[in-house]
This record gives sequence, structure tokens and C-alpha cells, in this order.
Amino acid sequence: MIEMDDLLIRKLVKRGKRLDGRNFDAYREVSIETNFINSAEGSARLRLGNTEVVVGVKMGIGTPYPDTPDEGVLVVNAELVPLASPEFEKGPPGEESIELARVVDRAIRESKCIAFDKLCIEPGKAVWMVNVDIDVLDDDGNLIDASCMAAVAALATAKMPEYEKNDDSYKVNFDKKSESLPMKCLPISTTFVRIGDAILADPALDELNAMDARLTIGTLDDGKEIKLCSMQKGGSNGLAVGQVEQIIDLAIEKGKELRKIVKAEKE
Amino acid sequence: MHVFLRENVRLISMEENQELEQAKKERRLVIPGDHLGDEQAGHGTYVVEGKVYSKYIGLAEVRNGKHIVIPLAGVYSPKRGDGVIGKITDIIFQKWIVDINSPYEAVLPLSDAVEGFVDLTKEDLTRYFDYGDIIFAEISNVNRQKQVQLSMRSPKCRKLWGGRLIKVTPAKVPRIIGRQGSMVEMIKKLTGTQIVVGQNGIVWVRGDNEDLAAETVLTVERLSHKGGLTDYIKETLEKKVAELKPVKDEEKVEEAEENLEESGEEEL
Repeated sequence: MIEMDDLLIRKLVKRGKRLDGRNFDAYREVSIETNFINSAEGSARLRLGNTEVVVGVKMGIGTPYPDTPDEGVLVVNAELVPLASPEFEKGPPGEESIELARVVDRAIRESKCIAFDKLCIEPGKAVWMVNVDIDVLDDDGNLIDASCMAAVAALATAKMPEYEKNDDSYKVNFDKKSESLPMKCLPISTTFVRIGDAILADPALDELNAMDARLTIGTLDDGKEIKLCSMQKGGSNGLAVGQVEQIIDLAIEKGKELRKIVKAEKE
Repeated sequence: MHVFLRENVRLISMEENQELEQAKKERRLVIPGDHLGDEQAGHGTYVVEGKVYSKYIGLAEVRNGKHIVIPLAGVYSPKRGDGVIGKITDIIFQKWIVDINSPYEAVLPLSDAVEGFVDLTKEDLTRYFDYGDIIFAEISNVNRQKQVQLSMRSPKCRKLWGGRLIKVTPAKVPRIIGRQGSMVEMIKKLTGTQIVVGQNGIVWVRGDNEDLAAETVLTVERLSHKGGLTDYIKETLEKKVAELKPVKDEEKVEEAEENLEESGEEEL
């Protein structure tokens, strides 16, 4: 895979251009397909330009954490398979896949979009465990936004299986699925990079390799106003206060656009 | 007279249309595993018990008595005789390793790259091609293990100085070149840039209107399925070039300075 020269990207950005001809604040085309894996409770396959991710939501019954005995458990896991990019290797998860899983987890958890109190079956003994598995099929940059959007779409369209009680233990009946997962809002994460003095939305792989700093912001819409719920900074250089403010404004604006796409998929 | 002429013109275009339709019928959409026939197998096919099957999702046709399949999308699969643009990634003993935007890396042996005798004990190979250099080379051989060998013997093969690279889908390269190079020649002429198209989906552009040429190449890639594309691109490009003219002088000074630096490098 031939990588583009950092200097070329910087030169182009100075002239107000991007490699693929997009505007600085434009996202690549998004297409989602939901509920295409029958064995999972919810699933989504999302393409963001040439980036492609698959997310599966699997549910089971387990014991809650002692500090939150009456709340369900969310586990997010990300897998960067060698199929996705020549850079990815087999073996234990690397720094990049751990960051991906944690940032997506944070956007979903801190937005409190899943009503965890409704996922309690018997306080202190049995609650629903929600496993979100992210698999990257093609990496062309901005995996965080693609994965987060796919994860939220998969959660929003997931159907909860029914369970039976045998004496003291609970058994899940995966053949019967009825209610949807209780979701309160749709968190969306948006990623921006700083190259020189310019702020670019939805960085492609070559732009991520040439960036100075990266900032991911998660936003949610609770019906009244738009709130920020998560943040992650990457890259070795810093951001000025003005630039962070500019990114927050852009994140709110772009979050609205992307939320519409996920919302359309939910209905 | 006038009416007669117009009708004549329309007749010709209809004939052309029929030819195009014919060509489309001969090409058939196939999926991996589709049986194509029992004759000779060409590119994009495989043979099991004397029968030829398709390897890709693509258009199947018979060319020179061989079944071939042109894939609709996907990565570049090296083929003998293709002119490709690559980047030098490594130098080992008497050869260069070249990234040709494909799952398989290519090897450029010293004997196929440089004329005359090179004393390896005294000379450093970076003198000819250094790490990160962009070259246009021809694929001289691909063996069954997909080991790719390059050659710089053809007169069009050379090192590409400066400019910028554009990535496109390899399957769309024929469309960017156009019939007998019509599309790329038109873009070159209107924007006044140098353009080299590699079969591996890498396009190299250099000149004053680099950005415009790059934008146009990407537009061609995006609209490649549409008919009458050359005329449409010509029209829009002419408009854009006319808009560009006033700012050109400033850019020229910048570019000239860059060229000076480059020529300095070349002498070294």
C-alpha cells in the first residue's frame, strides 16, 4: 500500500484542499445495514468512504458488579484483524484496538443512552450483560466514528431475548426475541484532526498519518439540547483553546447530520 | 442541405450506439465460480478439470481466443507488461524493493534498471534510486508465487520527480486513460500538466494546475459508469480553467522556485 507523503498533505491543506477533494468539514458518504446477523441480538455493517466496520451486539445473563447491583453491564471489545490493513498483525490487542474499544465504550456509557436500570433481572444476582463486538473489515481512517456509529445503530435496532427462571438460575431463550433494548438517546462521536492551522473533519488514513493532533468528541441529543458526553485527544502535538472551541462547534453540527442517518436506520 | 447533414450525423451516432450495445452484450457479468467455457484461460480465471471459471465479480469476455474476467473493483493484481507507478521501500544487495500498491511487492533488479556496469563495492545504489523515490516501471514478469519483477528498459520508464500522487480504483484506470488515451490527453492539454497513469491505480500529476488535474481525475473515477464522460469533463474543465487564469501568475513563481530546487537535486 503506497502511503501519501505528509508534506504533500500539508501543502494541500495550506491551499485549502484535501487529497480526495472534500471540504474541510465534510464527512465521507455513510451507508448502514442493520440486523443482518441472525445469531446476534443486534448488528450493523457501516461504510464510511472506504472504511468498513461490522458491529455485533450479543446479550447474556450474568452477575452484576458489587457497586452497581441493580444495573446491567456493558462490555465493548474491538478487533483489528489483519484483513483490514497491512499494518495490523495477529495476536493480542494492540494500543490502537484498545483505544478504539475504550473511546466507543466511553461515548456509549457516559451518554447513559442505555437504560441500565431496566436491564436488571434480580438485584445483586442476575442482570443483562450487553457485549458489543467491533470488527474492522477495512481501515481507511476514522475507525472511531465509524465504529461508534455502527455500535449505536446496532444497539438501537437490537431485540432483547426472553429468559426463563429455573429454581435459582436463569436461562436465556435466544429463539424468542421481543422487546427492543431500552435506549434513551443516540450518542454520536465525531473526530477532527489539526494539520497546520486547519481543522479537518473525518480524517482519512493518509490524513491521520500526517496529523498534528486529533480530537474526538461525543455528543448526544436528549430532546432539549445537545450535550457533550465524551472526549479523546490523540497525536503528539497540542491544540489551542480557540481550536478546541471550533472543534466543539463543528462536532455539534456534524453530530446532528450523522444522528439523522442513525435515526433513519432505527425507524 | 443543413437538415440532411444533421440527419447524417445522427445516423452515425446511432451506428456507434449499436456497436456499443453489441460490445456490452459480449461482456457478461459473472461471479466467482461461474463457468465460462472449456477453451483457453486468461487473466482473472482459474481452471479445474479442463473447465475455465471466473475468479472475480466482473465482466467476462473472450479476447484473442482466451477467456478473461475484468474485475469491477478490488486491489491491483500484477500482470506482465503493465506499466506501474511504485515507491522504493528497500534496497537489498543488487536490487530495489518497490511498493506497487498491491498485496505483492515487486523487485527491481539492478541489471534491469541501470545501463552499463555498476561496481557495487564502490557505488551506493541510492545514487540511482533512493528510499521513497517514485518510479514508473514495467512489469517484466510475474511468476506463480506472485513474485513480481520490474524493468526500466522501456523508454517510457523513469523516475518521477516532484508532483503529487493520486490513488484511484485500479479497475477504473482504463476509463481514466480513455479510448486511445483520449481522456488523459484532454486533461493534460487543458490543465497544462504532466500526467502519468499506472495500471496499478496510481496517477502522478505535476504542473501549475496540479490541484485541478487531480480533482478532474477523481471526478472521472467517481463518474466512470456514465456515458459521454469525455465531453462532460471537457466542458466543465474548460470553465474551471478559464476561472483559474487570473491567479496563475502567483502560483507560477512558487512553482518555478520549487523546480529550481528539484533541478538542483537532479544534478546531484
